[in-house]
Amino acid sequence: MLGLGADLLWADMNRLLAFLFHQGVLDEQFLQLQQLQDETSPNFVSEVVNIYFHESEKLLRNLRGLLMEREFSDYKKMGIHLNQLMGSSSSIGAKRVTNVCLAFRAATDHNNRSGCLRALEMLEHEYCYLKNKLHELFQIEQQRVLAAGVRYPVQNN
Amino acid sequence: MAGGEVLRQNLPEKLEESPSGANELHVLAVDDSLVDRKVIERLLKISSCKVTVVESGTRALQYLGLDGDKKSSIGFDSVKVNLIMTDYSMPGMTGYDLLKKIKESSVFREIPVVIMSSENILTRIDRCLEEGAEDFLLKPVKLSDVRRLKDFIMKGEVKEGEKRCCKRSRSEDCSPSPMTHPCDSSLLSSLSSSSVLSPLSPSTLSSKKSRL
Repeated sequence: MLGLGADLLWADMNRLLAFLFHQGVLDEQFLQLQQLQDETSPNFVSEVVNIYFHESEKLLRNLRGLLMEREFSDYKKMGIHLNQLMGSSSSIGAKRVTNVCLAFRAATDHNNRSGCLRALEMLEHEYCYLKNKLHELFQIEQQRVLAAGVRYPVQNN
Repeated sequence: MAGGEVLRQNLPEKLEESPSGANELHVLAVDDSLVDRKVIERLLKISSCKVTVVESGTRALQYLGLDGDKKSSIGFDSVKVNLIMTDYSMPGMTGYDLLKKIKESSVFREIPVVIMSSENILTRIDRCLEEGAEDFLLKPVKLSDVRRLKDFIMKGEVKEGEKRCCKRSRSEDCSPSPMTHPCDSSLLSSLSSSSVLSPLSPSTLSSKKSRL
Protein backbone atom coordinates (compact mmCIF):
# COMPACT_ATOMS: atom_id res chain seq x y z
CA MET A 1 0.00 0.00 0.00
CA LEU A 2 2.92 2.32 0.64
CA GLY A 3 4.25 1.40 -2.79
CA LEU A 4 0.93 2.38 -4.26
CA GLY A 5 1.21 5.70 -2.41
CA ALA A 6 4.56 6.40 -4.02
CA ASP A 7 3.14 5.58 -7.43
CA LEU A 8 0.14 7.82 -6.87
CA LEU A 9 2.42 10.65 -5.82
CA TRP A 10 4.51 10.06 -8.93
CA ALA A 11 1.34 10.38 -10.97
CA ASP A 12 0.40 13.56 -9.10
CA MET A 13 3.80 15.05 -9.79
CA ASN A 14 3.61 14.24 -13.46
CA ARG A 15 0.09 15.58 -13.67
CA LEU A 16 1.18 18.86 -12.12
CA LEU A 17 4.20 19.07 -14.41
CA ALA A 18 2.07 18.35 -17.45
CA PHE A 19 -0.36 21.03 -16.33
CA LEU A 20 2.42 23.58 -15.87
CA PHE A 21 3.81 22.77 -19.30
CA HIS A 22 0.41 22.99 -20.88
CA GLN A 23 -0.18 26.39 -19.27
CA GLY A 24 3.17 27.59 -20.56
CA VAL A 25 4.35 28.26 -17.01
CA LEU A 26 7.35 25.98 -17.59
CA ASP A 27 9.16 24.99 -20.75
CA GLU A 28 11.62 22.28 -21.76
CA GLN A 29 14.49 24.03 -19.99
CA PHE A 30 12.93 22.85 -16.72
CA LEU A 31 13.10 19.28 -18.03
CA GLN A 32 16.73 19.91 -18.87
CA LEU A 33 17.35 20.83 -15.22
CA GLN A 34 15.70 17.59 -14.13
CA GLN A 35 18.04 15.70 -16.43
CA LEU A 36 20.95 17.23 -14.55
CA GLN A 37 19.73 15.75 -11.27
CA ASP A 38 21.05 12.33 -10.28
CA GLU A 39 22.47 10.40 -7.33
CA THR A 40 25.56 12.62 -7.26
CA SER A 41 23.40 15.73 -7.16
CA PRO A 42 20.00 14.57 -5.90
CA ASN A 43 18.64 18.02 -5.01
CA PHE A 44 19.98 19.93 -7.94
CA VAL A 45 16.66 21.24 -9.22
CA SER A 46 15.42 22.52 -5.86
CA GLU A 47 18.83 24.04 -5.12
CA VAL A 48 18.90 26.00 -8.35
CA VAL A 49 15.25 27.00 -8.04
CA ASN A 50 15.80 28.24 -4.48
CA ILE A 51 18.71 30.36 -5.65
CA TYR A 52 16.43 31.65 -8.39
CA PHE A 53 13.70 32.54 -5.86
CA HIS A 54 16.17 34.36 -3.65
CA GLU A 55 17.66 36.36 -6.52
CA SER A 56 14.33 37.09 -8.17
CA GLU A 57 12.74 38.46 -5.04
CA LYS A 58 15.66 40.85 -4.64
CA LEU A 59 15.31 41.97 -8.25
CA LEU A 60 11.54 42.38 -7.97
CA ARG A 61 12.00 44.51 -4.85
CA ASN A 62 14.56 46.64 -6.71
CA LEU A 63 12.20 47.06 -9.64
CA ARG A 64 9.32 48.10 -7.46
CA GLY A 65 11.56 50.42 -5.47
CA LEU A 66 12.70 52.15 -8.65
CA LEU A 67 9.20 52.57 -10.06
CA MET A 68 7.83 53.89 -6.79
CA GLU A 69 10.36 56.72 -6.70
CA ARG A 70 8.64 60.06 -7.07
CA GLU A 71 11.34 61.33 -9.42
CA PHE A 72 11.83 58.01 -11.18
CA SER A 73 13.74 58.22 -14.46
CA ASP A 74 16.39 55.51 -14.39
CA TYR A 75 14.99 53.23 -17.06
CA LYS A 76 18.49 51.99 -17.79
CA LYS A 77 18.98 50.70 -14.27
CA MET A 78 15.59 49.07 -14.41
CA GLY A 79 16.61 47.45 -17.67
CA ILE A 80 19.67 45.93 -16.01
CA HIS A 81 17.61 44.36 -13.20
CA LEU A 82 15.10 43.17 -15.74
CA ASN A 83 17.71 41.53 -17.94
CA GLN A 84 19.08 39.68 -14.94
CA LEU A 85 15.61 38.47 -14.00
CA MET A 86 14.84 37.50 -17.57
CA GLY A 87 18.09 35.59 -17.92
CA SER A 88 17.69 33.52 -14.79
CA SER A 89 13.99 32.89 -15.45
CA SER A 90 14.86 31.56 -18.87
CA SER A 91 17.63 29.42 -17.38
CA ILE A 92 15.19 27.54 -15.15
CA GLY A 93 12.48 27.25 -17.77
CA ALA A 94 10.09 29.82 -16.28
CA LYS A 95 8.50 30.64 -19.60
CA ARG A 96 5.62 32.89 -18.57
CA VAL A 97 7.78 34.95 -16.24
CA THR A 98 10.35 35.35 -19.03
CA ASN A 99 7.65 36.51 -21.43
CA VAL A 100 6.30 39.10 -19.00
CA CYS A 101 9.89 40.35 -18.57
CA LEU A 102 10.04 40.82 -22.34
CA ALA A 103 6.89 42.93 -22.32
CA PHE A 104 8.25 44.86 -19.35
CA ARG A 105 11.47 45.52 -21.22
CA ALA A 106 9.53 46.88 -24.18
CA ALA A 107 7.85 49.34 -21.81
CA THR A 108 11.25 50.47 -20.44
CA ASP A 109 12.56 50.88 -24.00
CA HIS A 110 9.75 53.36 -24.59
CA ASN A 111 10.20 55.07 -21.21
CA ASN A 112 6.60 54.17 -20.54
CA ARG A 113 6.16 54.41 -16.78
CA SER A 114 2.56 53.30 -16.55
CA GLY A 115 3.31 50.43 -18.92
CA CYS A 116 6.17 49.47 -16.62
CA LEU A 117 3.91 49.55 -13.58
CA ARG A 118 1.37 47.31 -15.27
CA ALA A 119 4.11 44.94 -16.38
CA LEU A 120 5.58 44.84 -12.88
CA GLU A 121 2.23 43.90 -11.39
CA MET A 122 1.82 41.13 -13.92
CA LEU A 123 5.37 40.02 -13.23
CA GLU A 124 4.80 39.87 -9.48
CA HIS A 125 1.64 37.89 -10.04
CA GLU A 126 3.28 35.41 -12.42
CA TYR A 127 6.24 35.02 -10.13
CA CYS A 128 3.99 34.27 -7.13
CA TYR A 129 2.09 31.71 -9.12
CA LEU A 130 5.29 30.03 -10.29
CA LYS A 131 6.71 29.94 -6.78
CA ASN A 132 3.57 28.36 -5.35
CA LYS A 133 3.41 25.74 -8.06
CA LEU A 134 7.09 24.83 -7.79
CA HIS A 135 6.78 24.53 -4.01
CA GLU A 136 3.84 22.22 -4.56
CA LEU A 137 5.92 20.19 -7.00
CA PHE A 138 8.82 19.87 -4.58
CA GLN A 139 6.47 18.87 -1.77
CA ILE A 140 4.98 16.06 -3.81
CA GLU A 141 8.47 15.00 -4.83
CA GLN A 142 9.60 14.89 -1.21
CA GLN A 143 6.59 12.84 -0.17
CA ARG A 144 7.14 10.50 -3.09
CA VAL A 145 10.78 9.92 -2.16
CA LEU A 146 9.76 9.19 1.42
CA ALA A 147 6.98 6.85 0.35
CA ALA A 148 9.24 5.05 -2.12
CA GLY A 149 11.94 4.71 0.52
CA VAL A 150 9.68 3.09 3.09
CA ARG A 151 8.30 0.74 0.46
CA TYR A 152 11.28 -1.56 0.10
CA PRO A 153 11.43 -3.19 3.53
CA VAL A 154 7.74 -4.20 3.35
CA GLN A 155 8.02 -5.52 -0.18
CA ASN A 156 7.07 -9.21 -0.19
CA ASN A 157 8.39 -11.28 -3.09
CA MET B 1 41.47 9.18 -44.04
CA ALA B 2 43.90 6.28 -43.78
CA GLY B 3 46.88 8.43 -42.75
CA GLY B 4 45.01 10.02 -39.89
CA GLU B 5 43.74 6.66 -38.71
CA VAL B 6 47.20 5.12 -38.63
CA LEU B 7 48.53 8.07 -36.65
CA ARG B 8 45.65 7.85 -34.21
CA GLN B 9 46.26 4.15 -33.60
CA ASN B 10 49.92 4.81 -32.84
CA LEU B 11 49.04 7.58 -30.39
CA PRO B 12 48.56 6.74 -26.75
CA GLU B 13 44.91 7.49 -25.96
CA LYS B 14 45.86 10.50 -23.87
CA LEU B 15 42.46 11.98 -23.41
CA GLU B 16 40.39 8.83 -23.19
CA GLU B 17 41.73 6.92 -20.23
CA SER B 18 43.70 8.38 -17.38
CA PRO B 19 43.36 7.15 -13.81
CA SER B 20 44.37 10.52 -12.40
CA GLY B 21 41.77 12.27 -14.56
CA ALA B 22 44.54 14.63 -15.56
CA ASN B 23 43.43 14.57 -19.17
CA GLU B 24 39.85 15.58 -18.50
CA LEU B 25 38.81 18.71 -20.29
CA HIS B 26 39.23 21.68 -17.97
CA VAL B 27 36.66 24.36 -18.63
CA LEU B 28 36.70 27.88 -17.21
CA ALA B 29 33.15 29.24 -17.09
CA VAL B 30 32.41 32.92 -16.57
CA ASP B 31 28.96 34.29 -15.71
CA ASP B 32 27.69 37.03 -13.41
CA SER B 33 24.42 35.17 -12.73
CA LEU B 34 24.55 32.71 -9.84
CA VAL B 35 21.71 30.65 -11.29
CA ASP B 36 23.54 30.35 -14.60
CA ARG B 37 26.83 29.50 -12.88
CA LYS B 38 25.14 26.64 -11.05
CA VAL B 39 23.59 25.33 -14.25
CA ILE B 40 26.69 25.57 -16.42
CA GLU B 41 28.80 23.97 -13.70
CA ARG B 42 26.42 21.03 -13.51
CA LEU B 43 26.16 20.73 -17.30
CA LEU B 44 29.94 20.51 -17.52
CA LYS B 45 30.42 18.17 -14.55
CA ILE B 46 27.81 15.78 -15.85
CA SER B 47 29.72 15.82 -19.14
CA SER B 48 32.85 14.71 -17.26
CA CYS B 49 34.68 18.00 -17.45
CA LYS B 50 36.74 19.61 -14.76
CA VAL B 51 35.09 22.97 -14.06
CA THR B 52 36.22 26.27 -12.65
CA VAL B 53 33.45 28.86 -12.41
CA VAL B 54 34.05 32.56 -11.83
CA GLU B 55 31.67 35.49 -11.64
CA SER B 56 33.41 38.06 -13.82
CA GLY B 57 35.88 38.66 -16.60
CA THR B 58 38.25 40.26 -14.10
CA ARG B 59 38.22 37.11 -11.96
CA ALA B 60 38.75 35.01 -15.06
CA LEU B 61 41.85 37.00 -15.99
CA GLN B 62 43.10 36.75 -12.40
CA TYR B 63 42.65 32.99 -12.51
CA LEU B 64 44.58 32.76 -15.75
CA GLY B 65 47.28 35.02 -14.39
CA LEU B 66 46.54 37.68 -17.00
CA ASP B 67 45.46 40.47 -14.71
CA GLY B 68 48.51 42.50 -15.59
CA ASP B 69 49.94 42.68 -12.06
CA LYS B 70 52.30 39.79 -12.49
CA LYS B 71 52.42 38.20 -15.91
CA SER B 72 54.16 35.23 -14.42
CA SER B 73 54.64 32.06 -16.38
CA ILE B 74 54.16 30.22 -13.09
CA GLY B 75 50.47 30.94 -13.44
CA PHE B 76 50.32 29.26 -16.82
CA ASP B 77 52.16 26.13 -15.71
CA SER B 78 49.70 25.48 -12.91
CA VAL B 79 46.61 26.55 -14.83
CA LYS B 80 45.76 24.40 -17.81
CA VAL B 81 42.46 25.37 -19.35
CA ASN B 82 41.13 23.68 -22.48
CA LEU B 83 38.07 25.83 -23.02
CA ILE B 84 36.65 29.11 -21.81
CA MET B 85 32.89 29.66 -21.82
CA THR B 86 31.76 33.15 -21.02
CA ASP B 87 28.49 35.02 -20.82
CA TYR B 88 28.33 38.03 -23.10
CA SER B 89 26.44 40.55 -20.97
CA MET B 90 28.30 41.09 -17.75
CA PRO B 91 28.78 44.30 -15.77
CA GLY B 92 32.22 45.89 -16.11
CA MET B 93 34.08 43.58 -18.45
CA THR B 94 31.78 42.00 -21.00
CA GLY B 95 32.36 38.57 -22.50
CA TYR B 96 33.51 40.32 -25.63
CA ASP B 97 36.12 42.34 -23.69
CA LEU B 98 37.32 39.12 -22.06
CA LEU B 99 37.52 37.40 -25.44
CA LYS B 100 39.70 40.23 -26.78
CA LYS B 101 42.04 40.09 -23.80
CA ILE B 102 42.47 36.35 -24.17
CA LYS B 103 43.13 36.56 -27.90
CA GLU B 104 45.68 39.33 -27.27
CA SER B 105 47.60 37.04 -24.94
CA SER B 106 50.41 35.08 -26.53
CA VAL B 107 50.03 32.46 -23.83
CA PHE B 108 46.27 31.97 -23.92
CA ARG B 109 45.16 32.91 -27.42
CA GLU B 110 45.10 29.27 -28.50
CA ILE B 111 42.40 28.42 -25.96
CA PRO B 112 38.98 28.22 -27.61
CA VAL B 113 36.55 30.78 -26.23
CA VAL B 114 32.80 30.28 -26.50
CA ILE B 115 30.38 33.13 -25.93
CA MET B 116 26.96 32.51 -24.36
CA SER B 117 24.12 34.97 -24.68
CA SER B 118 20.37 35.07 -24.20
CA GLU B 119 20.13 37.57 -27.06
CA ASN B 120 20.04 36.36 -30.63
CA ILE B 121 21.67 39.47 -32.15
CA LEU B 122 23.46 38.82 -35.41
CA THR B 123 25.83 41.78 -35.18
CA ARG B 124 26.85 40.62 -31.71
CA ILE B 125 27.49 37.10 -32.96
CA ASP B 126 29.49 38.38 -35.93
CA ARG B 127 31.60 40.62 -33.70
CA CYS B 128 32.48 37.73 -31.43
CA LEU B 129 33.32 35.33 -34.20
CA GLU B 130 35.44 37.98 -35.91
CA GLU B 131 37.33 38.51 -32.68
CA GLY B 132 38.16 34.80 -32.66
CA ALA B 133 35.39 33.20 -30.61
CA GLU B 134 35.15 29.50 -31.29
CA ASP B 135 31.39 29.58 -31.15
CA PHE B 136 28.35 31.43 -29.91
CA LEU B 137 25.73 29.63 -27.85
CA LEU B 138 22.23 30.90 -27.28
CA LYS B 139 21.08 30.63 -23.69
CA PRO B 140 19.71 28.68 -22.00
CA VAL B 141 22.62 26.35 -22.69
CA LYS B 142 21.65 22.69 -22.98
CA LEU B 143 23.39 19.38 -22.39
CA SER B 144 23.47 18.76 -26.14
CA ASP B 145 25.35 22.06 -26.64
CA VAL B 146 27.96 21.08 -24.07
CA ARG B 147 28.31 17.58 -25.50
CA ARG B 148 28.87 18.87 -29.02
CA LEU B 149 31.36 21.45 -27.77
CA LYS B 150 33.24 18.84 -25.82
CA ASP B 151 33.45 16.47 -28.79
CA PHE B 152 34.69 19.29 -30.96
CA ILE B 153 37.37 20.37 -28.47
CA MET B 154 38.47 16.79 -27.80
CA LYS B 155 38.99 16.22 -31.51
CA GLY B 156 41.09 19.35 -31.56
CA GLU B 157 43.16 18.06 -28.65
CA VAL B 158 43.72 14.74 -30.44
CA LYS B 159 44.87 16.61 -33.53
CA GLU B 160 47.20 18.65 -31.31
CA GLY B 161 48.60 15.39 -30.06
CA GLU B 162 49.00 14.15 -33.61
CA LYS B 163 50.85 17.34 -34.49
CA ARG B 164 53.23 16.85 -31.57
CA CYS B 165 53.74 13.21 -32.43
CA CYS B 166 54.26 14.25 -36.02
CA LYS B 167 56.93 16.77 -34.99
CA ARG B 168 58.72 14.14 -32.94
CA SER B 169 58.85 11.54 -35.66
CA ARG B 170 59.57 13.89 -38.57
CA SER B 171 61.55 17.06 -38.65
CA GLU B 172 59.36 19.00 -41.06
CA ASP B 173 56.56 21.22 -39.80
CA CYS B 174 53.01 19.96 -39.74
CA SER B 175 49.93 22.05 -40.45
CA PRO B 176 49.09 24.96 -38.12
CA SER B 177 46.96 24.54 -35.01
CA PRO B 178 43.40 23.50 -35.75
CA MET B 179 42.09 25.58 -32.90
CA THR B 180 42.67 29.06 -34.28
CA HIS B 181 41.30 29.98 -37.62
CA PRO B 182 40.09 33.19 -39.19
CA CYS B 183 36.41 33.85 -39.43
CA ASP B 184 34.98 31.76 -42.20
CA SER B 185 32.50 33.39 -44.52
CA SER B 186 30.66 30.12 -45.07
CA LEU B 187 30.18 29.82 -41.31
CA LEU B 188 28.80 33.34 -41.12
CA SER B 189 26.44 32.81 -44.01
CA SER B 190 25.19 29.55 -42.58
CA LEU B 191 24.55 31.40 -39.33
CA SER B 192 22.72 34.22 -41.08
CA SER B 193 20.55 31.98 -43.20
CA SER B 194 19.39 29.44 -40.65
CA SER B 195 17.90 30.45 -37.34
CA VAL B 196 20.90 31.30 -35.27
CA LEU B 197 19.29 29.59 -32.33
CA SER B 198 21.81 26.77 -32.32
CA PRO B 199 25.07 27.83 -33.91
CA LEU B 200 26.35 24.35 -33.26
CA SER B 201 23.84 22.96 -35.72
CA PRO B 202 25.11 20.10 -37.88
CA SER B 203 25.60 22.41 -40.88
CA THR B 204 27.85 24.85 -39.01
CA LEU B 205 29.75 22.05 -37.26
CA SER B 206 30.52 20.35 -40.53
CA SER B 207 31.66 23.62 -42.09
CA LYS B 208 34.02 24.07 -39.14
CA LYS B 209 35.23 20.50 -39.39
CA SER B 210 35.98 20.87 -43.05
CA ARG B 211 38.33 23.68 -42.19
CA LEU B 212 40.29 21.65 -39.67
